[in-house]
Amino acid sequence: MDFAFTEEQEALRAGVRVVLDTECTPDALRAFDMADEAARAEQSQNRWAVLAELGATALVVPESADGLGLSDVDLVGVLEEAGRAGLPEPLLQTAALAAPTLTALLPDPAAAAALAALVHDDVSFAVGGIDVTPTGPASPTEVSADGTLRTPRVEGARNAGVLLLAVRDADSGWQLHAVPAASCTAVHTPALSASRDLSTVQWPLTSDTLLAYGVAAEAAVGLLADRAAAGTAALLIGLADRMVAMSAAYAKDRHQFGKPIGSFQAVKHLLADARVALEFARPATYRAAWSLATAQPTLSHDASMAKAMASDAADLAARVALQVHGAIGYTWECDLHFFLKQTWALSRAWGDAATHRRLVLAQLRAR
Amino acid sequence: MADGPMQHRRRRLHLSHRRRRRHRHRHRHRHRHRRRKVPETPLAKDHPTTTLAPPGALWKIPSVMDLTFSPQHEAFRAEARAWLAAHVPARPLPSLDTAEGFEAHRAWEHTLFEDRWSVVSWPVEYGGRDVGIFEWLVFEEEYYRARAPKRVSQNGIFLLAPTMLEYGTEAQKTRFLPPMASGDEIWCQGWSEPDAGSDLAGIRSRASRDATGQSWILNGQKTWASRGAFAEWCFGIFRTDPEAERHRGLTYFLIAMDAPGVTVRPIPQIDGETGFAEIFFDNVEVPEDQVLGEVGAGWSVAMATAGSERGLSLRSPARYTEAADRLFGLYASRGGPSASADAVAQAHMDAEAYKLHTYWTASRVARGHAVGPEASCNKIFWSETDVAIHSAALDLLGPEAELLSAGAPGEWLDGYLFSLAGPIYAGTNEIQRNVVAERLLGLPRG
Repeated sequence: MDFAFTEEQEALRAGVRVVLDTECTPDALRAFDMADEAARAEQSQNRWAVLAELGATALVVPESADGLGLSDVDLVGVLEEAGRAGLPEPLLQTAALAAPTLTALLPDPAAAAALAALVHDDVSFAVGGIDVTPTGPASPTEVSADGTLRTPRVEGARNAGVLLLAVRDADSGWQLHAVPAASCTAVHTPALSASRDLSTVQWPLTSDTLLAYGVAAEAAVGLLADRAAAGTAALLIGLADRMVAMSAAYAKDRHQFGKPIGSFQAVKHLLADARVALEFARPATYRAAWSLATAQPTLSHDASMAKAMASDAADLAARVALQVHGAIGYTWECDLHFFLKQTWALSRAWGDAATHRRLVLAQLRAR
Repeated sequence: MADGPMQHRRRRLHLSHRRRRRHRHRHRHRHRHRRRKVPETPLAKDHPTTTLAPPGALWKIPSVMDLTFSPQHEAFRAEARAWLAAHVPARPLPSLDTAEGFEAHRAWEHTLFEDRWSVVSWPVEYGGRDVGIFEWLVFEEEYYRARAPKRVSQNGIFLLAPTMLEYGTEAQKTRFLPPMASGDEIWCQGWSEPDAGSDLAGIRSRASRDATGQSWILNGQKTWASRGAFAEWCFGIFRTDPEAERHRGLTYFLIAMDAPGVTVRPIPQIDGETGFAEIFFDNVEVPEDQVLGEVGAGWSVAMATAGSERGLSLRSPARYTEAADRLFGLYASRGGPSASADAVAQAHMDAEAYKLHTYWTASRVARGHAVGPEASCNKIFWSETDVAIHSAALDLLGPEAELLSAGAPGEWLDGYLFSLAGPIYAGTNEIQRNVVAERLLGLPRG
């Protein structure tokens, strides 16, 4: 029993934090918010190049495939830092979802090609066609009369090089495809957070792009859902930490009645509750990363528990942060709204807290 | 706590080296792909797969992080489990807040002590096994799993003993720890006073030196002393320097409850049993060698105890994981509305999160670090988790919840009443929130 990160893991996290403190400042997020599509794509491209250079995108790709050969336990701190920075780019989809999914499917040629694009060409990935429901993964992908598929709410589709897309057919079950962006049409669906680049993707169903079908695809989709829950939990932990820190700093600075508002118990206790929720969601999130890295039989339970606790902790942190900031937090003049909007989206993405509570309960029943 | 084969494995993470290597790849491939653009031809045809991993490549490189117990820990667990299975009374003992139950629980402490299970983490010379923090956690898991009796010696072994081990003289440790471990001497806590609860530094009970200078004379009143009605000894703080700033001038005393001048008035608790007592001190003489720590340093000595109470040693996670497991069993056997399903899942998660957090902290401690200010979050979390677990159970029991029955429903009601004390004792949760805000978030004192 040693529930701790190594010095190297802490150093990796710290290194990513230093980079994001430069590359993903609130000013950068503000510029991103205000930019048109082309300018956003350029900013994303530049930041992505830095992350890829650092090795963050191929962290869990094995060394034999030219990745860093690290594990989900190394990755979780990096994701947490991405959350803390409010990173708009699809690090989760690329580094935590696509990379290990494709690696597990090697030597399948389609998987190998997509992984090579990830490692050598630094393309980013989108992942879509999987909704997490209280009874497990479901696919929102629709099949049109002409045989093309439509997948709604695919994040990062417009800038992705390859899209991992799932479809479930009542008769034949799940299919998982690695679709080159050139074969897809992405129609942007505006979302509250500018950092959430969502599209409805139209794509052709061909065997060229097929990664897995049937039982193998069902297992891959289930694991993807667990990975997404665990990885999103890490992003949310980072967001919650950022919002609590911002609000504590603000409460020390802002004076009313001749005192810092942070000296009033009504304010203190709000922040303390958010801090406590974060404190206990964090080890649950780290445990889920360990369970992923070591393929624990309790992985689904652990991932759902992490997502439920991190969603609740981040939602509480967001609520408290806005209340502590007061009116300024409700404006575009304060940085807080970037993190609020990402939190509101991510706390519900890949299954909200209530959904994952049900999944945890189902796992308990199965024990 | 070196566990697992990966413990000493060095990770290879040389980002600068990686960067160089990645540059090479980039150059190699640049002629084939424009950066950042989607390949126009299908990827599979464009990339040879020869450089990629062979089938079954080891992609999950285990991390040094290890959440499994070592074979040694598991052997310790098996030993504890076997002993408990053979010794835990088949029927629950009568309540420890009755005279009869108190003695039954004392006898159980003695049974534990005889086979060195009463204080496993203590040094061997005082009756323990000198095991590490993870063995202690394993023992606690097994103790609650076996549904063994409540620990009547809890105040002594979990609150006073850690302080005595840190601040006590050798003579004090030798005199007091073994009978504490055996249950021969049960301790109660004399801290709160009628006008000093949350504001503990406002205590007024006083101690002054007698004419000889060899003893102290104690006067005043303590209250909310759990086990106070039956205990042999009391640990308490008294004001020894009325002129000093209120956090100074306090001294920590060890007081025999049968000393002349001590009067105990039992107070019926919410369940009608005499769990509490008021203790009156009327010119009680206490010898000099029953001062724990320095004269005038009582506040910092007391806070060391408060630290263990709020931190790791009072509330082991097993207590909550066991209750949450029972709650799930209740839900699985009875069913309930969807709000109950949510509450059952949340109770399970919170108990497990507290366990994981304890493992996290214990790993720090095992590496030689201090517990850290994060421990101030613990008491809020476990006490609210305890209330949530038990109120969820009462919701599932519905109309049966109010019945004073033997067996499951009555136990849940009993547990609920006990859980409600949690947010109040050991520093109210409002005080704890102040501590979290001030020490962890750096907010100014009000």
